[in-house]
Amino acid sequence: MTARSAILEKLTQAAKIRAGEGNKIPNRPDFCVMERDVMDLTSLCNQFETVISKVNGEVIRTSEENLVICIQQLLQDKQVKCLLLPSAHEFQETLAKSVEEILLYDREIEQWKDQLFNNIDASITSTLGGIAETGSLVLWPSLEEPRLMSLVPPIHIAILHKKDIQPTFWHFMKRHNWSQGMPTNALLISGPSKTADIEQTLAYGVHGPKELIVLLVE
Amino acid sequence: MSEAGATVVKLYPVKPAKVYVFGTCLVDLFYPESGMAGVMLLEHAGVDVVFPQAQTCCGQPAYTSGYKKEAREIALVQMGIFTEPYPLLIPSGSCGGMMKTHYPRLFEGTEHYEQAKAFSERIFELTDFLVNVCDLSLEDQGSKTTVALHTSCSSRREMKTTDSGKALLSQLRNVNVVEPEKATECCGFGGAFSVRHPEISNAMVQDKVSHLTSTGANSFLSSDCGCLMNIKGAAEKQQETKALRAGEHLLSFVARRAGLTIDDGVNL
Amino acid sequence: MSLSQGKNTFQSRSRAAIEDPKLRANFLSAMDGLMSKRDQAFEDKAQLERLRILGAQVRQNALVKLPELLVELETKLTQKGVQVHWAQSPEEAVDIIKAISLNVGAKNIIKGKSMVSEEIHLNEKMAEIGVRCLESDLGEYIIQLAKETPSHIVMPAIHKNTAEIADLLHEKTGIERKEDAIYMTEQARLQLRKNFMAADIGLSGVNFAVAETGTLCLVENEGNGRLSTTVPKTHIAIMGIEKVVEKLEDVTPLLSLLTRSATGQAITTYFNMISGPRKENELDGPESVHLVLLDHGRTQMYQDDELLETLRCIRCAACMNHCPVYTRVGGHAYGFTYPGPIGKILMPHLEGLDETQALPTASSLCGACAEVCPVKIPIPDLLVRLREESNNENRQTSRVKGAGVKRHGIEPIIWSMWRWWHQGEKRYNFMTSMMAQFRFLQPKTLSPWTHYRSLPKLAKKTFHQQMKERQVRINRQAENLKATSKGEKL
Repeated sequence: MTARSAILEKLTQAAKIRAGEGNKIPNRPDFCVMERDVMDLTSLCNQFETVISKVNGEVIRTSEENLVICIQQLLQDKQVKCLLLPSAHEFQETLAKSVEEILLYDREIEQWKDQLFNNIDASITSTLGGIAETGSLVLWPSLEEPRLMSLVPPIHIAILHKKDIQPTFWHFMKRHNWSQGMPTNALLISGPSKTADIEQTLAYGVHGPKELIVLLVE
Repeated sequence: MSEAGATVVKLYPVKPAKVYVFGTCLVDLFYPESGMAGVMLLEHAGVDVVFPQAQTCCGQPAYTSGYKKEAREIALVQMGIFTEPYPLLIPSGSCGGMMKTHYPRLFEGTEHYEQAKAFSERIFELTDFLVNVCDLSLEDQGSKTTVALHTSCSSRREMKTTDSGKALLSQLRNVNVVEPEKATECCGFGGAFSVRHPEISNAMVQDKVSHLTSTGANSFLSSDCGCLMNIKGAAEKQQETKALRAGEHLLSFVARRAGLTIDDGVNL
Repeated sequence: MSLSQGKNTFQSRSRAAIEDPKLRANFLSAMDGLMSKRDQAFEDKAQLERLRILGAQVRQNALVKLPELLVELETKLTQKGVQVHWAQSPEEAVDIIKAISLNVGAKNIIKGKSMVSEEIHLNEKMAEIGVRCLESDLGEYIIQLAKETPSHIVMPAIHKNTAEIADLLHEKTGIERKEDAIYMTEQARLQLRKNFMAADIGLSGVNFAVAETGTLCLVENEGNGRLSTTVPKTHIAIMGIEKVVEKLEDVTPLLSLLTRSATGQAITTYFNMISGPRKENELDGPESVHLVLLDHGRTQMYQDDELLETLRCIRCAACMNHCPVYTRVGGHAYGFTYPGPIGKILMPHLEGLDETQALPTASSLCGACAEVCPVKIPIPDLLVRLREESNNENRQTSRVKGAGVKRHGIEPIIWSMWRWWHQGEKRYNFMTSMMAQFRFLQPKTLSPWTHYRSLPKLAKKTFHQQMKERQVRINRQAENLKATSKGEKL
């Protein structure tokens, strides 16, 4: 007998006995505790900013028109020399003037691991949205914006649109119908990478980004 | 998953004419004055006490040691004694917790399950009953003092009577009640645990003694004789401050302060 | 007592831990910090209670449907190209991972934190075939350098203070000795980055596996879990079979309970949901993903309605953070992978009661663990149940491995006598009144109680006696009263 059938048989037998004893399969639990009072977008935005700021996430509010200028200013402030952008990014040309070098994530990771890990100062990614209650960004990495873009560079700049903020993770996945299908990788990011493994002293940037900057487009 | 919610709704009967008192082993052998104090206070409140002499032990020592069969047989004896529908009052959170929350588990799947459930619904901690049912009014006869209160884990977590000790003491206007730091932490008694793992138990009671000492209170009180025996015993051994060595059962303290003479027959 | 007094028992290890002031101080301050963080994270206690009820329901619901959900998970994952393996024992799990390693010619495995990998002692087993496992979670990295095991399931290096870690990193990795957590963290980042790039396989645990969507969820703060599951060409995830949930939405209450119960965080930095290997055209992520499903005693718990509740656990460690015993002896004293209250009810099923008999006894049953458990596992009841199983007369019929291990020697006889004594009114009252009468014979010492405490003094008269005499007096008074009133009438 394979391990699979041995395990499943033990479980199925026990489940059968349980059902036979009249223990009905419970109904789906009631998720009403996950509901929240309705909040307008501005309050959600404020909540998002308050919560993510507490874990060292930086929020810069801007508008669609000022977004590029805002990024340019940011790159200058953070003294970013080498910037990682998704392949075929709309700001590629405009931002080229603000930094020494722009790299596009257009090759498989195996071809440029060293460069990706060692040479890049910052990356810019989009987001699918945000979660107010936990101050989280929702990312679905894609062909254009692969997984490591939000992880390897020391500074991660994420663009979040105000309209895409939901009260909780539960609301977010319902709204976007996630149960119908998930991508190979989906992420919630809530602040820069951190650890407290040395005597509970908080230290940022242990493996992932040391800084997370959210450009909140209103 | 039987827990109903955060705010436990406790149901109390209206003040009855008669109640049963269950003495518990430790009260019987070591702290009878606290049992007598409970009786005095109940009678002071106008409630008659019935004490069947056939009662022995709730079965908890066997139960927590994993001797379920033995515990069940003793529990069955007790359930057969208190046959009238009176409330059954226990001057101890842990024995109360045994009868209230563990009797049903003990008899699950047996013919006595329904009996155990009905029985468990009549169980109350004596202090809690005085506060929430008896409409007791006490006149403090003593001088100003400060006492530290140790609430047992079973009062807190099984009987959900965390506040009743404080409520009863609040009737005594010259008594100032303080709680030690880490009030919710176990004193380290745990029955057989204290002799099976004496070093761990001792480390726990040492901390409890030091937290109680730091309150600077004149004495300490507990509604649980197990905790009392443990904390007092450790304080005595360590020659800790007099205050802790003078620790006593909450009911004895309250009865004395209220000027109720305990007619224990000892000096007659 | 029939306890073995050998050198390496729970008793001897816990005694040694209690006598180590530095270790006790490290645990005391760490647990105090974690308790207050949790308390602050759950401001609204009524909301917490409702969330706990939902958390428990979601887990219980998944367990009731476990066989179907495992098959559904396997089907969904397989459709997406994940290879699912099943292992009944740690040995089988190790063999599976060895086979995958040999197949891809792996020399180096980079690991995210996984308690199941500790459970199967993966690192030492892989070393046997020349594959090096390197821990990348900072706490795990520290204890791997120290050649130790985790002392806590969420904070593996919590038993060490900053000075001890500074010594260790200086000695083992050659960095400057600085008692500065931020400096040391930065150095570890640099040391580990190379290893992420060089690793052939990334290995991780799983916090929740969603049957509905075929998704493996990982909860972490550092980003090492994401790196381990993204950079190497092969990703192996390992989980206990109980970790599956039915629907995707089920993870939302559990995640919220987990991070707040564990460290008081509203959420961790990363919540990583993996639903398959790199697709064609995708530029990163592992080319192959494997999931190893481990039984190791879990089907044993599954056979019994009460023991089943153990499997609800989401490994938040709140029970150990709040345990007065754990706080005083630390994680290593338990001697098994999972310490603290959850370890005491879990390890007997993994290793057998015969190997773990001290664990269920090492509790005052104070209930602090059950009070904070986010999925409402009745830990004290389960401890009592395991004590019952240790004394089980019918060891053949018990479902618990090693049941009946303590059913020998004098203990059962003592409890039979105890029962006899408490069964009858006359014998009980005779015995107790004799004890009161001959109280001057009471011994001054009764080891081990009096080693640390004085004995309470037996009362002159038992409560029973006092109540009996009182009744006699009351009756006499009533009679006298009757007699007097009769006399008056005459």
